[in-house]
Amino acid sequence: MSDPQPDRTATLDGVEPTAPPRRGASRLLAWLGLVPFAAYVVVFLALPTVLALASGLFDADGAFTLDNLGALGDPVILATFWSSTWLSLLTAVLGAVFGALVCYAMLGLSETGGIRTAVDAAAGVFAQFGGVMLAFAFIATIGLKGVVTQLLLGAGIDIFADGPWIYELPGLILPYVFFQIPLMVITFMPALSALKPQWAEANLTLGGTRSSFWLRIGFPVLAPSFLACTLLLFANAFSSYATAAALASQGSQIVPLQIRTALTSETVLGRENLAGALALGMIVVVGVVMWLYSLIQRRAARWQA
Amino acid sequence: MNGLAPSRLTRWIIGIVVGAFFAIPLLSTFLYTLRDDDGFSLVHWTNLFDPAKASTYAPIWVGLGNSIVLSVVTVAIVLFVLAPTMILVHLRFPKLRSGFEFLVLLPISIPAIVLVVGLAPIYLQIGRALGTGAWTLAFAYGITVLPFAYRAIQASIDAVDVRTLAEAARSLGSGWGTVVLRVIAPNLRTGLLAASLISVAVVLGEFTIASLLNRQVFQTALVVVKNTDGYAAAVFTLLALALAFALLIVIGLAGRARTGKAGS
Repeated sequence: MSDPQPDRTATLDGVEPTAPPRRGASRLLAWLGLVPFAAYVVVFLALPTVLALASGLFDADGAFTLDNLGALGDPVILATFWSSTWLSLLTAVLGAVFGALVCYAMLGLSETGGIRTAVDAAAGVFAQFGGVMLAFAFIATIGLKGVVTQLLLGAGIDIFADGPWIYELPGLILPYVFFQIPLMVITFMPALSALKPQWAEANLTLGGTRSSFWLRIGFPVLAPSFLACTLLLFANAFSSYATAAALASQGSQIVPLQIRTALTSETVLGRENLAGALALGMIVVVGVVMWLYSLIQRRAARWQA
Repeated sequence: MNGLAPSRLTRWIIGIVVGAFFAIPLLSTFLYTLRDDDGFSLVHWTNLFDPAKASTYAPIWVGLGNSIVLSVVTVAIVLFVLAPTMILVHLRFPKLRSGFEFLVLLPISIPAIVLVVGLAPIYLQIGRALGTGAWTLAFAYGITVLPFAYRAIQASIDAVDVRTLAEAARSLGSGWGTVVLRVIAPNLRTGLLAASLISVAVVLGEFTIASLLNRQVFQTALVVVKNTDGYAAAVFTLLALALAFALLIVIGLAGRARTGKAGS
């Protein structure tokens, strides 16, 4: 993506070669043109992010303190972070594996075909499927009075024999996988499409087999992309709030729900700063994951030129 | 087709297993909405048109109305703030492009819930200055749709030689306003359309920010209605899903039409 800069400015300057004073003015105008967007991003992206992170470093009276960060070491908070982490990791891996399988199956479909259009659209919908509606769908399916629950009960299987886990942490696994698979399809498909059929032909010509192609060429080439996409899925699950909020009306098993509790708690003073500390902890986790993602993605991009 | 493609059998197995995983919750939700006290009926669907039930569903209509207003304002932010800036960066500040890209993709890695923590004090000020009308939420939504809208528009900018078009129009005497509105924008229409539709889909599905800032939108209304009438919530879920699916099919077809034209 490194275009030859000098040529560009040269052609641009060529547009109005006889008006040097105006060029300075138009340059100024161009800079001014960036102002609305810059102002918008500062007020609604930079400022809230800084405020969120900073609020974790101050107490209710506005004095600097590390006490809120100390709360991150609280066993309850640590347990929440751990729940969030394993839930995200598990659903990221499941989503990545099944999503990759779907991509693999889609290699056999014409890129302009009807099925491909439908799968693409479905992936877009389900990846964005708003967590609330997803929670409702799963309540209607495997909730206490869900359709599948009742069917299984009719067959003598009580999936809630050990208690109503659907409203607790394990209940989040299936809905999360439901939005992770489509996200994987969207993000991993370009990498898989970049595998050149010629490589398979070369492999066959050189006496390789189908399995040796995947073992020695396909998997090694795709591994960085696969890992990068899994990290993205992890960050996606870790940040997800709506599904859990709509499904689990009480308790705060994962970090975003803990933030909600801290934000809306009216009984404990200064809890808003705890929300800030939790937000800080979240952004550290997601930040590290996204940094690794971009690192690996850069390496993976080599094959996608 | 593709020498790497799996056999027909493998394809079917993957399709059926994963397809079932996605079909079962949707089908169950549908069957759930057909449930009646002692059997199946369409009563939960026809209830939507029952005046006696209107008060139960009122939050949905209010929320949906707010969400539609929010969609319009958010799309306006995308079309009138983001898109012109992207064109400007592309034409005049190519060196800023990678930094700009980093900036607009940033909201992907900032969880909405973290944003809410910082947005709460800002919205306190906005509430004082502009009131607490639902539309103000669009400022926050404009940020959350940035990465999606950016990708859609940038794909169009890359596919069209914006620079040459701009230079040609400029050398023929057009001012920058004409260049952007009458030369570049029409060429980017598929990207702008896709960006708008994705923004609408994201806004209609947004829950986190609205819920924690106590605003009434479609998703928060669904939760309210769910507490009084779970069946209605399921019905609206299916309707919203069908709408989102239709929107994305339109995007897909628009994209196809475009590549088709470029190929011929």
